[in-house]
Amino acid sequence: MRVHFNTTYDRDIRLFPDTRDAVRYGLLVAVAIALPFLLDDFLIGEATNVLIWAIAGMGLMLLTGHAGQPSLGHAAFLAAGCYAHAILMGRFGLPFAASFVLAGAVAGSVGVLVAIPALRLHGIYLAIATLALSILTEDIIVLAEPWTGGVAGMTAPDISILGMRIDRLGSPDSFYWLCLAVAVLVTLGYRNILRAPLGRALLAVRDSEVSARAMGVSPARTKTVAFGLSCMTTGWAGALMGHFFYTFNHEVFTLVISIQLLLMIVIGGLGSIHGAYYGAVVVAIVPQAINVARDGIAGLFGGGGVAIPGLEIGIFGLILIFFILFEPLGVHGRMVKWRIYFELFPFCRRDMFRRQKSYLRTERMR
Amino acid sequence: MSLLEVESATVRFGGLTALREVSFAVEEGEIFAVVGPNGAGKSTLFNVISRFCEPASGDARFEGESLLRRSPSAIAGLGIARTFQNIELFDRTTVLQNLLIGRHTRRRASILPQIVFAPAVRREEVAHRSAVERVIDFLDLHPYRDHAVAGLPYGVRKVVEIGRALAMGPRLILLDEPASGLSVEEAGDMRFWIEDIRTQLGVTVLMVEHNMSLVSAVSDRVMVLADGRVIALGAPREVQSDARVVEAYLGADTAMP
Repeated sequence: MRVHFNTTYDRDIRLFPDTRDAVRYGLLVAVAIALPFLLDDFLIGEATNVLIWAIAGMGLMLLTGHAGQPSLGHAAFLAAGCYAHAILMGRFGLPFAASFVLAGAVAGSVGVLVAIPALRLHGIYLAIATLALSILTEDIIVLAEPWTGGVAGMTAPDISILGMRIDRLGSPDSFYWLCLAVAVLVTLGYRNILRAPLGRALLAVRDSEVSARAMGVSPARTKTVAFGLSCMTTGWAGALMGHFFYTFNHEVFTLVISIQLLLMIVIGGLGSIHGAYYGAVVVAIVPQAINVARDGIAGLFGGGGVAIPGLEIGIFGLILIFFILFEPLGVHGRMVKWRIYFELFPFCRRDMFRRQKSYLRTERMR
Repeated sequence: MSLLEVESATVRFGGLTALREVSFAVEEGEIFAVVGPNGAGKSTLFNVISRFCEPASGDARFEGESLLRRSPSAIAGLGIARTFQNIELFDRTTVLQNLLIGRHTRRRASILPQIVFAPAVRREEVAHRSAVERVIDFLDLHPYRDHAVAGLPYGVRKVVEIGRALAMGPRLILLDEPASGLSVEEAGDMRFWIEDIRTQLGVTVLMVEHNMSLVSAVSDRVMVLADGRVIALGAPREVQSDARVVEAYLGADTAMP
């Protein structure tokens, strides 16, 4: 176990607690940058998919994991970002960077608008309200046909940055690097928020609104900011998703995507940035693994490629149930426990991670 | 002008009148205790001051300014901190983070500088941190600084909650039963802390407490509430011998001669 001897407060404030951590994350980014030289185009496409999901996951993580507000409607903000970006770039001819930033702003503003009525809702009621939003999205896209292309859908315009053309199919490597850059910037911003007063305000609202209020944290304001930032990030993921799919219509951003996002951060580990990435890896890998396994099993019995409807959702559901039952802290929580186990070896006790019973809490004043 | 003035505050919950025309004033630098049997309206009184419940009539003023025009989350900004009877900490974070949330009213940076963690934000964080460290020193919380609150013993959580209120740098602190559930030793420590809060930090204390030996040891004045009414107000010694107080606690028949 590492013991830090703090000599300045900066040590607790800076991004990495020590050089070893800084080196580890530096290496991780270096490997991520070098990935296109190591993998073929198909796998780079999958890696890009993971990054885009991770960005969307970080968006939802901020709202659900840190501010404690569940949302089953984040596909709506993916759609908002995606369509806003495609319209701004395709119709108005804005350069990529400007359009991308604005698309995030549009999705964020939609988020703030949604937050205003949602402020009065808690827990399951908020989940249901956002669920309704997710269902509405499809219809809104169809109704707004002059802008969104309706059922026929839209095509993502080509990206050109400083004269360099980036195209998901033609140059998957550059598109991967673009997504990586966005993911790294979003992660840094997220990390900065968490070590600043805003991050603490989010935690305060999540753990006890009564006491947050007594400490001068306005729950309404904090939740609105959380919705805005969360939806902005998700909107950026949506914009990238548009480029990734190349063509998209009303059927892309369905309720299933919303649920998958929520499932992803729960599996990854609520309340940690790592969780968004782990969850994205699980969500991206499982469908591929199912395909491989299904083909393998079908091969054994001599059958062809059989499509089993609902198999993917079923397996995701099963994974989610197992996580909630056996590891509510998700993949990230499990990793932390393993690390502590090995750091303390052989002194780890069995009840080490069992939480002490919480005491009676003041009745909620809502 | 008194630091805190409550003027004929009346609170009703449906048919139940929790406070009837309660008036009192807390002077700067005072330790003012509110006692009374269960259901007397002590916590309701605190909730009026921290704006968690709306009085049907009456007023509460802090430094001459009405609190009723403020929102609940703006009360802390005036310099009024509070603790809760049943401990309301942010369970899933560390003691240090809890205390830092107490500094929320002192933050300056807006959102964008926080996202890029501008140098000004860093300086501010260091300043908050050193303020919080002073509170940790004051309350001897060093061993628990990086512990998650959820796993801490009850007595320590009680102290952490006071620490969080003090981190704000308040002018008035409302303590809701600071010694309830504490052992005799812990209650003894609490007595010295309450005294030190006044003498060393210069913070005015308004507290609700059932432990009469603590109340009579630390408080300058005691107000007795029963059934939503003020039945006695004065020095601890006078109040304890007041016939109406004895009646409220023990019943009329057993009143001492």
